[in-house]
Amino acid sequence: MHGTTQAVDVAPSAGTPLTTSRPRRSLKERVFGETPSAWLFILPAVVLLATIYVVPFGWSLLLSFKADDLVTPSRWVGLGNYRALAKDPQFGAAVRHTLVYAALYVPLTIGLGMTFALMLNRRIRFIGIYRTLIIVPFVVSYAVQGILFSFIFDSQYGLANAALHAVGIGRQGFFNDPGQALYLIALVGVWSGTGFCLIVFLAALQDVPRELMEAAWIDGARRWGVFRHVIVPTLMPIIVFLLLWQTLIALQLFDLVYVTTNGGPLESTTVVVFFVYEKAFRLLSAGYGAAAAYLVGLGLIALAVLSSFVRNRWMRSA
Amino acid sequence: MSASSPVFAPPRTADVSRPRRRRRLPFSGWHLVLAPIAALYALPLAWLVLSSLMTNAQINRFPPTIVPGSLHLDGYRYVFENALFPRWFLNSVLVSLVVVVSNLVLCSLAGYAFARLRFRGSHVVLVLMLMTIAIPFQLVMIPLFLVMKQLGLVDSLIGVMGPWLVLPFGVFMLRQFFLSIPRELEEAAWIDGCSRLRILWEIILPLAKPALATVAVWSFLISWNEFTWPLILTNSQSHYTLQLGIATFQGAHQTQWSAVMAGNVITVLPMLAAFLLAQKTFIRSLASSAVKG
Repeated sequence: MHGTTQAVDVAPSAGTPLTTSRPRRSLKERVFGETPSAWLFILPAVVLLATIYVVPFGWSLLLSFKADDLVTPSRWVGLGNYRALAKDPQFGAAVRHTLVYAALYVPLTIGLGMTFALMLNRRIRFIGIYRTLIIVPFVVSYAVQGILFSFIFDSQYGLANAALHAVGIGRQGFFNDPGQALYLIALVGVWSGTGFCLIVFLAALQDVPRELMEAAWIDGARRWGVFRHVIVPTLMPIIVFLLLWQTLIALQLFDLVYVTTNGGPLESTTVVVFFVYEKAFRLLSAGYGAAAAYLVGLGLIALAVLSSFVRNRWMRSA
Repeated sequence: MSASSPVFAPPRTADVSRPRRRRRLPFSGWHLVLAPIAALYALPLAWLVLSSLMTNAQINRFPPTIVPGSLHLDGYRYVFENALFPRWFLNSVLVSLVVVVSNLVLCSLAGYAFARLRFRGSHVVLVLMLMTIAIPFQLVMIPLFLVMKQLGLVDSLIGVMGPWLVLPFGVFMLRQFFLSIPRELEEAAWIDGCSRLRILWEIILPLAKPALATVAVWSFLISWNEFTWPLILTNSQSHYTLQLGIATFQGAHQTQWSAVMAGNVITVLPMLAAFLLAQKTFIRSLASSAVKG
């Protein structure tokens, strides 16, 4: 939050004399001598980022108008890829699966993160341990998560089926069941994704005056009022940020799917990035994959623009 | 954070003086809610460690053994004998090491230039750089593969490191931090004729340790856990990272659960250790990435 405002305030003034303090002005020549060497400071970063993002970003667009198998020279097909995508039921299903995942992942991680943060924001014993245990899954890689939960939800020997068996529920197919797999992946995602939201909410709650919070907890009558007028306004920009961030994460879902179900069973977990990966790198139709990636990317960017707009408006009115 | 200092809840004293008409728990009622939640979150990881120390005979039965009578290292032995685990581990360490060092150096340099040096185009370049944060990696991965092909870096560790060598977030973070350091600290050195590079190294960076720690932690987290990019870029097993290696191993040894879990433990351990040792730094980094990024 500070970042955006500061960036706007400081960056344009970098070229004005305002930022030049007295001794520097007296060394004018030296200052001007410094100017070109500043480019040496940023050059490695600029070259790398241009290679990693800027060039591929344009290339991706170009590629989406072509048929390319990553090996032989490509051929121009215009909007052909996009037209084919619009009619491709597999792509439609992939978009649907991604949206289902996002619709579960985003509200659940944010909701749980906020609830846990409010519960953990107090001084009782072991609170640090509780916090650590809830956050730790966040640093576990998706590959490890995927393998671990394939094991836990293994339809034959898994812990989950054993637990269900103990309470008298029959064996479930879990990742082998087309009706369950996607929801299970969402469950795993929520398990690991809550920690990040929790961290962010806990950090934000540090900004709420503690005496106010404590007074609120003791005096039940004022509890709701404080929540409504103190806590919610503090957390609102955080919630807006997390809505965007978690959506970005949700729409990029790939590793978990790859490791647990590989898109199956019966393509029930083929999400968009998995679709892109499969088209581009397994079936070698890179142009088609790039077109799909571009559509999703444009959606993400639109979302980012929209949310920064919402955030700015919110900040102004606050 | 407040929790690290043990503070006893005030109601305890009130409890003692009060006649036992209203029964109260000897501890805060919140434990009854928080302990089960924390346990639920910890359960999968506990099972991971436990099952890695069991034999397949103990695991592959229904219901599985929950409290094993004995612990074994068979899984660890198997995974080291039947896969390139040491190699993958080394690859991952190398990739993460280079990525962390590269980010520390390059983000410091760029961040300093953007914070302190006046040069033509700085504003435009900075804004462009910030915009790349919003570009999802999946959007560029296909052409990035083609770029790597042009550079002859397909199936190489350098190619695996490539995309993370400079994280735009790191540049931005350090710039913000450097801006908060008072200029006066540098001016004396500047008048004495120190070069900008020396000022950065000797004056600025020692002050920026928390911000540097954030960049280090964030780049380690990203590079160690990355899966998609090495999957796309590498073909030969000897160039796999741990994440890719363990997933491949699992695919090939479906029923060797104890070995698979042992591999999983090895894969996750460095990250868990780093997290538990530097938890405060981790949490601060993650929070600041959210609040500032």
